[in-house]
Amino acid sequence: MNPESLRYTPTHEWVYFEEQNGQLIATVGLTQFAVESLTNLVFLELPKVGQHVQAGKPMGVVESIKAVSDIYSPVDGEVIEVNQPVVNELDLLSRDPYGSGWLVKIRLAENKEPEGLLDHKAYEAQCASEPQ
Amino acid sequence: MYENYGTRTIFELDKQGCSAVSWPAVDVPEQRLEELLPEEYLRGDVPPLPELAEPDLVRHYSILASRNMCVDSHFYPLGSCTMKYNPKRHERWAALPGFSDLHPYQPADSLQGLLALLYELQQMLAALAGLDAVSLHPAAGAQGELTALLIATAYFRSRGEKRRFVLVPDVAHGTNPASAKMAGLEVVQVRSSPEGIADPEIVAQHLSPETAVFMITNPNTLGLFERHIRRLCEMVHAVGALVYLDGANMNAICGIAQPGKFGVDMMHFNTHKTFSTPHGGGGPGAGPVAVTARLAPFLPVPVVVYENGRYRLDDNRPQSIGRVRSFFGNVGVLIRTYCYLRTLGAEGLRRVAQHAVLNANYLMYKVSQVLPIPYNRRCMHEFVASAAKVKAERNISAMDIAKRLLDYGFHAPTVYFPLVVREALMIEPTETESRETLDAFAAALEAIISEDPELLHQAPHRMPISRPDEVRAARQPQLTWGEGSS
Repeated sequence: MNPESLRYTPTHEWVYFEEQNGQLIATVGLTQFAVESLTNLVFLELPKVGQHVQAGKPMGVVESIKAVSDIYSPVDGEVIEVNQPVVNELDLLSRDPYGSGWLVKIRLAENKEPEGLLDHKAYEAQCASEPQ
Repeated sequence: MYENYGTRTIFELDKQGCSAVSWPAVDVPEQRLEELLPEEYLRGDVPPLPELAEPDLVRHYSILASRNMCVDSHFYPLGSCTMKYNPKRHERWAALPGFSDLHPYQPADSLQGLLALLYELQQMLAALAGLDAVSLHPAAGAQGELTALLIATAYFRSRGEKRRFVLVPDVAHGTNPASAKMAGLEVVQVRSSPEGIADPEIVAQHLSPETAVFMITNPNTLGLFERHIRRLCEMVHAVGALVYLDGANMNAICGIAQPGKFGVDMMHFNTHKTFSTPHGGGGPGAGPVAVTARLAPFLPVPVVVYENGRYRLDDNRPQSIGRVRSFFGNVGVLIRTYCYLRTLGAEGLRRVAQHAVLNANYLMYKVSQVLPIPYNRRCMHEFVASAAKVKAERNISAMDIAKRLLDYGFHAPTVYFPLVVREALMIEPTETESRETLDAFAAALEAIISEDPELLHQAPHRMPISRPDEVRAARQPQLTWGEGSS
């Protein structure tokens, strides 16, 4: 995926929207910035297929040798697919966070893109403004 | 051979038939084990314990001990941990037979000296906290947090209130969210202001009639004083909730500011940080809790009371949350705490805090010449530097610097915490270090960041083990020695 065409949360998740059979599906992952800040990943816990998630609420956990962080859902909806291989092979997430390291696909509760997500430029600006 | 003592495990040094003891002849009638214990509890085989001659055993552990980095051998600026020097006289006093030969099942009448000490310690800690009552039971700071949160839930239950949220600023002590969760409460993380302290306006957005406790660490993990503390306490009280102060960083204010005066309802002390009791490998520790008078009925049992000229253990406290620790907590640690407080007195404690802050500010200035300090203001007992710039420019990470410091003979600072600072190095020199040591540490940092990055990525070079595989250790932990271990 091209990071420039994605949407972002302030909590370092990326979202890609696409329509499938008239329904809006969000593919969600962690940004490169997040993955690099976490350094060596140790565990990943993702929601289950069928689970309902809420925008801004934790839906999973990522743990590195440094810290444990929640993964927040960027949208309201139902999880329809989970990237199971990445749970066992965290390298996928470290090496390719925008590709094979994607985390979950969520069918949106309301069939429209939520407001308030950041575009690439705004997200980059947020990362740059974090304390150095 | 010398190398073997220090690099092989005790099992690899095993030489069956060697022994470090010779048993005396049995002088009582021998009985078969099967007659004493039910058969299902008996082992089939002799346990595979290593056998060594006594000198080999002693050498093995002495060499391992000499390889340990500890306050007695190295400067140890591990931020948030307050690795101050532990005066050796505490050991002498704690070992006095009047303390060390006691048994917890002795009747209170034969424990009057120890109970007097514990009673006075309760009073001294209450005075330092500016609060009314103290429990000495919790065996660590985090257990102190849990104890206080259980007290809070018992208090709300007694009032018929249902409250479930605990607010924790992102610059609070790292154990707070875990303690809240263990107490059955829900954690709400509160973002701090760009200044790096709790912002009353942001906190206000999270306060509700369902807020149970606001947990604040003051000074916080950035080493900054939470200067809105009084207003924050008023706001929290206005919604009927309680304020908990994590006393992990009391070394900066102990004897100078009393948290009870800010409006704090409960707090804990870390005796191993503030009062120089040993930082054991996971224990024993002590995390005494202090509370206001209205929360006192909920304290764990027993409490030491003084009546009619005698000390006794009071168990009859119907509203108590019960026991949190067997007997009376880690009494040996509490004796050392008492000795520290008695040795220094009120004036001495104030000077401890002043020197802790002075040392931190002195070192912060020196380090700021080498690494940026993102929240660069007058700090309290510690400060947080960032390696983000040298990471971007020279690919030298906080971890590389930390590992290389070991080669220079310094224990590493805390790294990658708090999370609000990228490539964080959290440095706490404590009051017990000399200016020469602080200068030498700053000089080492300066030297390290101009070294070859490749050399740093491989550091440490002078340790028996360089970089353990932390990912594998976490994902495939091997917790016992045995067949198949490597």
